[in-house]
Amino acid sequence: MSQQPLLKVDNLTRRFDVSKPWLNRMIEREPKQILTAVNQVSFEVEKGKSFALVGESGSGKSTIAKMVVNLLNPSSGHIYFDGQELSQAKGAAFKSLRRRVQMIFQDPFASLNPRWRVGDIIAEPIYAFGLESDKLKVQKTVERLLSTVGLTGRDRYKFPHEFSGGQRQRIAIARALSANPEFLVCDEPTSALDVSVQAQILNLMQDLQDEFNLTYLFISHDMSVVKHMADTIGVLYLGGLVEVNDSQQLFNQPVHPYTRMLLDAIPDHEMTGRRRTPVTGEIPNPINPPSGCPFHPRCQYANDRCKQEVPRSKAVMNSTVACFAAEEGRF
Amino acid sequence: MADTLLSVKDLVVEFPQRRGLLRALDQISFDIKRGEILGVVGESGAGKSLTGASIIGLLEPPGRVSGGTIELDGQRIDNLSTAEMRKIRGRKIGMVFQDPLTSLNPIFTIAEQLIETIQTHLKLSDKEARKQAIKLLDDVGIPAASQRIDDYPHQFSGGMRQRVVIALALAGEPELIIADEPTTALDVSVQAQIIDVLKNTCKEHGAAVMLVTHDMGVIAETCDRVAVMYAGRLAEIGPVREVIKHPKHPYTIGLMGSIPSLAHQVERLVQIPGSMPRLDAIPEGCAFNPRCNRVFDRCRTERPDLIAVEENLAACWLHAKEAGA
Ligand SMILES: Nc1ncnc2c1ncn2[C@@H]1O[C@H](COP(=O)(O)OP(=O)(O)OP(=O)(O)O)[C@@H](O)[C@H]1O
Ligand SMILES: Nc1ncnc2c1ncn2[C@@H]1O[C@H](COP(=O)(O)OP(=O)(O)OP(=O)(O)O)[C@@H](O)[C@H]1O
Ligand code: SF4
Ligand code: SF4
Ligand SMILES: [Mg+2]
Ligand SMILES: [Mg+2]
Repeated sequence: MSQQPLLKVDNLTRRFDVSKPWLNRMIEREPKQILTAVNQVSFEVEKGKSFALVGESGSGKSTIAKMVVNLLNPSSGHIYFDGQELSQAKGAAFKSLRRRVQMIFQDPFASLNPRWRVGDIIAEPIYAFGLESDKLKVQKTVERLLSTVGLTGRDRYKFPHEFSGGQRQRIAIARALSANPEFLVCDEPTSALDVSVQAQILNLMQDLQDEFNLTYLFISHDMSVVKHMADTIGVLYLGGLVEVNDSQQLFNQPVHPYTRMLLDAIPDHEMTGRRRTPVTGEIPNPINPPSGCPFHPRCQYANDRCKQEVPRSKAVMNSTVACFAAEEGRF
Repeated sequence: MADTLLSVKDLVVEFPQRRGLLRALDQISFDIKRGEILGVVGESGAGKSLTGASIIGLLEPPGRVSGGTIELDGQRIDNLSTAEMRKIRGRKIGMVFQDPLTSLNPIFTIAEQLIETIQTHLKLSDKEARKQAIKLLDDVGIPAASQRIDDYPHQFSGGMRQRVVIALALAGEPELIIADEPTTALDVSVQAQIIDVLKNTCKEHGAAVMLVTHDMGVIAETCDRVAVMYAGRLAEIGPVREVIKHPKHPYTIGLMGSIPSLAHQVERLVQIPGSMPRLDAIPEGCAFNPRCNRVFDRCRTERPDLIAVEENLAACWLHAKEAGA
């Protein structure tokens, strides 16, 4: 554990200005509206491990993913990859960081250029990062990558529309791998797929992790997928991390009331007879979040302190949680 | 007989295309009993929505029912005129779709929409209809229904809107509700709430439900029986517990194993090789045969009918008496 984490996210915050146009604001006498999509999030991912972010729609998962792969700048906070701060890297160091961290998106239909042949799509990062320029060698690499993800070398002549959703996600994975990355950010990689296809992709991702010693930041709203894939899980609510723990531990002994509620909301597809406590309330408007602990309107343990003060992440009850009831032992 | 509400027999749906007919549903047969919740699962393109659309007479042309029968209350409804079918929709069969916004009109209040629907189907005065509307909203769990009823749809959250849609579906006091992916567009914590509302409210109102979803969890929590579709055909149907715990069709077995388990840690998920065939390339014999790990000669030439195996029906030759498999 003394080893330096491959990814370190420190106090990461991202705000969006979601105000109406200036003139409307003046006429309607409305103040500027700022949405805090990600709020002081910190976590670390060790090399070769999988860290999963879970949370419902709008909790900030994709915004964090985009900042980690440098598609979006943080409003404040820091991201370190292999000890180097992302925003400080310049020139060759920056290019190398971009190569080492790749991303797979949710929608395999949108993420591939429809006018390019699959072979060119996969070869592009190889040329872009200057990994190889010999055409024949690149072609060999593309063929090898295609077979790694369960397609065939001949598929490189085809266009994306000739493939099913699962096959397109395989192509997206092959493309990400062609950069020879160490870290893959996977934003809902199977949410658009049927469960039987999802199983194929999840198995493939596990095989690739073993083979290339990859490190994953895995994003999903599906608790059972996350349990299957992750070593460590971070639970997001309204942009903030409410609990981080080892996967097994989190499922066996969820501490934060929101984590408990999420686990309770999972339908019992195996019909084990697990009893569910009914889930209550809905996610509040992120532009106007509740005061204090953002979960307090839905929390059965909320008291006056929860309505006023914002809980900080602390190590309690074998977990890391941001909750006063946990701190005070009020459960 | 008397407790069979809906009976679908050998339903065939086809789309005329330039290169001949595309058969999208191929001899689908199942019943729904009064007050029962039947789940319909299967992967994208398996024909779940088409089955629902055929029953409520909302197949998009040029798609058409080209074979089989659909009976509701012992009366055929697959050959009714558009006008006759319109009377049945809402009154005898209610609908709930994936996106609540498609079922709600943004320029009318919840009250206006509910009262109109109620009065279309039931002879009630304005005052009675409003009272009934409030009761319905109350039943589907809208807090302070009598105050919220004059709000517009956009003033409600996604989960609340889907509750309103369920109330609308129940307004004509139908005997059957067809719900197509009613929770798919919602947040996970809200999904669980809507599942409960759908299940409990429909039971209270005595409405049977055909619940179309690709989510096995939703099926397990809601349904009495479940039908598994594959490539436009029925692969297996039976009591939900039997299908989930003791599936008989190799496709259902694969499907169940491919869902990550919460109960125990598995190293690798069960993987069905390949993918579902396109409708214009369905193999001879059993549609699942190129992917099946139990395939044998007969599967490649003869199409299996539904065969009774314990409490389930499975379209698989492994269960034929004379197969000796
Ligand atoms: N470019 C943007 N401008 C304004 N608001 C944004 C922008 N991007 C994201 N948001 C808001 O930030 C919040 C977090 O969004 P994000 O996409 O990160 O959520 P998510 O957890 O990925 O959700 P989902 O499960 O729906 O993908 C949401 O409230 C969203 O509306
Ligand atoms: N208008 C049409 N013309 C041709 N084929 C059609 C048409 N409408 C539907 N189909 C085909 O019928 C098949 C069944 O479609 P259906 O919508 O019932 O699938 P589904 O099981 O509901 O899938 P999903 O989970 O994606 O909603 C699909 O293969 C689809 O391509
Ligand atoms: S801080 Fe208070 S309101 Fe927030 S989760 Fe803990 S007990 Fe509930
Ligand atoms: S009929 Fe044959 S191919 Fe089809 S599911 Fe049964 S064993 Fe497999
Ligand atoms: Mg997202
Ligand atoms: Mg559908």
